[in-house]
Amino acid sequence: MRSTLHEIASVLGVIAAAMVLWEIGVWILKPPPIILPAPSVIFAEFLQAPSYFLRQTAYTIYTTLAGFGLAAVLGLVLAIGIVHSRLLEKTVYTLLVALNSVPKVALAPLFVIWMGTGIEPKIAIALMLALFSVVIDAVLGLRSVDPDMLNLARISRASQFAILRKIRLPNALPSIFAGLKVAISFALVGAIVGEFVAGSEGLGFAILTAQGQFDTPRVFVCLLLLGLLGTVLFYLVEGAERISLPWHVSQRGHASGH
Amino acid sequence: MRTALAPNPAISPATDPAMTTTEPAAASQMPGRATAPAYVSIEGVGKSYGSRHGAVHALAGIDLEVREGEFLSILGPSGCGKSTLLKCIGGLERVTKGSLAVRGQPLSGPPAKAGMVFQRDVLLDWRTILDNVLITAEFLGQSREALKPRALQLLQRFGLSGFENRHPWELSGGMRQRASICRALLCDPELLLMDEPFGALDAMTRDDLNLELARIWQDTRKTVVFVTHGIAEAIFLSDRVVMMDRNPGRIVEVMEIDLPRPRTLAMRETPEFGRYVAHIRHLFAGLGILKEG
Ligand SMILES: Nc1ncnc2c1ncn2[C@@H]1O[C@H](COP(=O)(O)OP(=O)(O)OP(=O)(O)O)[C@@H](O)[C@H]1O
Ligand SMILES: [Mg+2]
Repeated sequence: MRSTLHEIASVLGVIAAAMVLWEIGVWILKPPPIILPAPSVIFAEFLQAPSYFLRQTAYTIYTTLAGFGLAAVLGLVLAIGIVHSRLLEKTVYTLLVALNSVPKVALAPLFVIWMGTGIEPKIAIALMLALFSVVIDAVLGLRSVDPDMLNLARISRASQFAILRKIRLPNALPSIFAGLKVAISFALVGAIVGEFVAGSEGLGFAILTAQGQFDTPRVFVCLLLLGLLGTVLFYLVEGAERISLPWHVSQRGHASGH
Repeated sequence: MRTALAPNPAISPATDPAMTTTEPAAASQMPGRATAPAYVSIEGVGKSYGSRHGAVHALAGIDLEVREGEFLSILGPSGCGKSTLLKCIGGLERVTKGSLAVRGQPLSGPPAKAGMVFQRDVLLDWRTILDNVLITAEFLGQSREALKPRALQLLQRFGLSGFENRHPWELSGGMRQRASICRALLCDPELLLMDEPFGALDAMTRDDLNLELARIWQDTRKTVVFVTHGIAEAIFLSDRVVMMDRNPGRIVEVMEIDLPRPRTLAMRETPEFGRYVAHIRHLFAGLGILKEG
């Protein structure tokens, strides 16, 4: 617990130092405010309408988490199917890999045509961007099982389901979490892209509106909020990982002593 | 002088070149001391692995009967197919030739009531030691709760009391291997397959576990197939020792070990024990596996 607080404190310290340098830099170099406003100006902008910014942030959080959650569940189910079925491996997996080589962001307008301008296409884009890394890492994790672990289960005539639940899944958890950590960042990207393409809410939409008005401080408020959001979401997944994997080599240093 | 029986003290095996030419067929046809029925019958079994460099003949023409309640060791150089043979008996590998039956039933998949100890302990890092032992019950669909007392008792017997709630990585190699033996014994298997379980352990721990295993076998009379590199270990534990050679993996001799039970570590100092060791050494030296100075 102390090490976690320590970590948070040091991250905040680095950010604060960067802000101070930025403030001093702007103060000395005096760039036009439309190019680069000082942090103090950005904070003032935020304080003018905090509820507006927080509402946009909440919308983006909702879209991101919905896309991420769906991607996690769907990705895991797909991965389990792919690992157990040659047919699914040949079809779904091949298709996913092919789809992944298309710049998926380019598909965003298509989703708007299909689903309209509500929240659904944004969730769908977040889901699409996040899905791939969940599936790839989960498949990798589910496959890389020590053959003797499987032999151990088979000599006791374990069912496929028992092998999945008691061996493959726990064994794959570290890999699954690696995928989820990438996926949460992609889900956020997807949410913003969705708001860019057709939106009336969210941080992506707020950035686009501010851009229309050449309101650089407002763009920066949104960017900083996005940075904060991305960081918090990432650490939430990492926190979940620490709670679920106290046994893993990478976590043993953090485990509380006996 | 072709024999599968104990080396005749009148003829020193080390000076009897005929000993080294014993053929597996002759060996397996010799009447054994025990007359127990066969638990595992292996007839003409061959196993080839296809690989990029052509087929590997891991086993060829294996004829062997494992009798009910006997302790049988398989001894041979690295790569002679010991693990492969064990996995075939456990139904974990399909044989490519011949037939394999357990209690008269042709094998298709792992036999009922078999337990296996692997060369590496393969404990699951996400489970405590107790839960690792109990996983056998879960796999077999038996009640965890009902078997918990037995698991604790086994752990105690193997000197692991107080470590039930630790995780595998908190234990030494010897302790981990003991836990894996408890896991194999949990549901009281009739057939226990052990693949060099003590191979990675230091000599003292090994002696200790050999004694414990001998005691357990004495008490329960399970049918044990025990793969090892250790000559002394094989003689100490076994009723019979099967000696194998490689390329292709085959049986060169089966030897009865006629030492009294229960066995004690002190027996390893006796001349009889020494004669068995000398015989096996000589055999493997003749095959060019052991270089004699
Ligand atoms: N899965 C596999 N695929 C291809 N070849 C294999 C496979 N498993 C074993 N072999 C080959 O079969 C032969 C016998 O292997 P096996 O593991 O049974 O030997 P072993 O007697 O147990 O050796 P060791 O004492 O070193 O464990 C070796 O030549 C090995 O390369
Ligand atoms: Mg082996």
